Amino acid sequence: MQYQSQAVAKPYFIAAIGLFVLQILFGLIMGLQYVVGDFLFPEIPFNVARMVHTNALIIWLLMGFMGAAYYLVPEESETELFSPRLALVTFWVFLAAAVLTVAGYLLVPYATLAELTGNHLLPTMGREFLEQPTITKIGIVVVALAFIFNVGMTVLKGRKTAINLVLLLGLVGLAVLFLFSFYNPTNLVLDKYYWWWVVHLWVEGVWELILGAILAFVLIKVTGVDREVIEKWLYIIIAMALISGIIGTGHHYFWIGVPEYWQWWGSIFSALEPLPFFMMTVFAFNMVNRRRRNHPNRAAVLWALGTAVMAFLGAGVWGFLHTLSPVNYYTHGTQITAAHGHMSFYGAYVMIVLTIISYAMPLLRGRKVAASNKSQVLEMWSFWLMTVAMVFITFFLTAAGILQVHMQRVMDKPLPFMYVQDQIALFYWLREGAGLVFLIGLIVYIASFFIGNNEPEAEVVPST
Amino acid sequence: MNEVFTKSMARNIFYGGSLFFILLFLGLTFDTTRQLPKLDNRQAITDKVALGKALWEENNCIGCHTLLGEGAYFAPELGNIYKRFGNNKAAIKGFIMSRPKDGIPGRRSMPQFNFTDEELDAIAEFLKYSSEINTAGWPPNIQG
Repeated sequence: MQYQSQAVAKPYFIAAIGLFVLQILFGLIMGLQYVVGDFLFPEIPFNVARMVHTNALIIWLLMGFMGAAYYLVPEESETELFSPRLALVTFWVFLAAAVLTVAGYLLVPYATLAELTGNHLLPTMGREFLEQPTITKIGIVVVALAFIFNVGMTVLKGRKTAINLVLLLGLVGLAVLFLFSFYNPTNLVLDKYYWWWVVHLWVEGVWELILGAILAFVLIKVTGVDREVIEKWLYIIIAMALISGIIGTGHHYFWIGVPEYWQWWGSIFSALEPLPFFMMTVFAFNMVNRRRRNHPNRAAVLWALGTAVMAFLGAGVWGFLHTLSPVNYYTHGTQITAAHGHMSFYGAYVMIVLTIISYAMPLLRGRKVAASNKSQVLEMWSFWLMTVAMVFITFFLTAAGILQVHMQRVMDKPLPFMYVQDQIALFYWLREGAGLVFLIGLIVYIASFFIGNNEPEAEVVPST
Repeated sequence: MNEVFTKSMARNIFYGGSLFFILLFLGLTFDTTRQLPKLDNRQAITDKVALGKALWEENNCIGCHTLLGEGAYFAPELGNIYKRFGNNKAAIKGFIMSRPKDGIPGRRSMPQFNFTDEELDAIAEFLKYSSEINTAGWPPNIQG
């Protein structure tokens, strides 16, 4: 750690991991509800479990991005953070808002929560991923503004690198696009059209800038490859991400009541969306192969390579699988979508946050370069357990999805939704099993922070 | 990527390309907005439909169901439920009303929301309006 103020990243990372655990536990509850329909009913109905699962994910990824920014911006800018105190205040505000919101989901019926928080004054609740009470959304905006101000001032007073600028651009885009969550017209088509400006333009737009910037930062650190080379790659990757991803929004506009030309725009441009992810994979492996030093933090290198590969598979390949409109006509809103959602979020965003945590956490905890060998071995075990489990979750959901599409949408005599769900229950059981393996991986991951702390730092193995 | 292709060229492709496609996207959005009135069934939006949508949101229906294919995949698609139930609002109301409070042993069940008759009517009206949006022929069949 080169700058004192980088230390504010630590609470963000810890809270992120805590919410990650919450997300996985509720994922397992939902997975079980898929096959044991009355599990925890009516205390925790499926929709509540799902809100906790998806909202915890979003919040912990945002926590991770903020922690990443607070860690890397001072180092890139070569100056202390503008205000570490503000960063800590916003952390507690953000965490309190997240905890209160989750408590609200779990303790009262959603309609009561809507009433208590005055949703009728400015109705924004009850839309997928944007279920947070309006007051929470306003809180998110305030936190985001304070955060961007803090990071922006730091960049302004220090060195301006491509990584800093791209990260900042991504974060500003994230905040600006979130404002569309306050627009909720009664006209369902308009509602959906602009809802995607938050959801799609986040994950297939500005978040990719954040992902690219964090990955580039870690690769510079662990490979020692020249900054010029890495930043050139970064620009070209994010250029491809936005060039394909902005019009690629159209792949969500096939069936929601907008003009049919979106089927052309959406199909063609979203077919290009795997490209930036493919380039990211080539980039990561290339940089590691051309490394000028062997970094003792091998776990961080593994996460960095892993995120590039898994983002390509999850977002790129599994996205392409159902993005062309003639295919999507049959797969839209089925378990195929769920399969893609799981692997892409894990590959692109979960893993990039775990990458920066892996790189930064040993330094934040007082190590000079890396954690002990023992900790790293555990962490790498958790990498493989979680990643392989996620691959299987994706396979099982894909199998369930193919059967669902066939029985419900393709056969001569299409079958009703609930009947089909019963027929494919086997794959939901298998998915739940893979989910349990994921949880074991997560437990090992957390254990890696507590085991091996008394041992000496890992050292570089001389290359042969 | 050799010396011929420099970082500043990459940066210019990023800024230029992004700006171009943002403008194109805004242009398409403008055209879409112009065409929407004949596709989105807006003439059917009444106060009742608005109430129905508010109830839809404040009870988080999207947390289990899909609507025009978007939402959760735990319960049936409702964009065409009005048609699946034989263009019958009473059938929709009856189904929602009759959900057992404690669920169905071993099976998925919709919660009992204790809606008033006016609220049930509004929800059914909202689902009728949704089913009449021009969705380019989706879903493929009545099962949704």
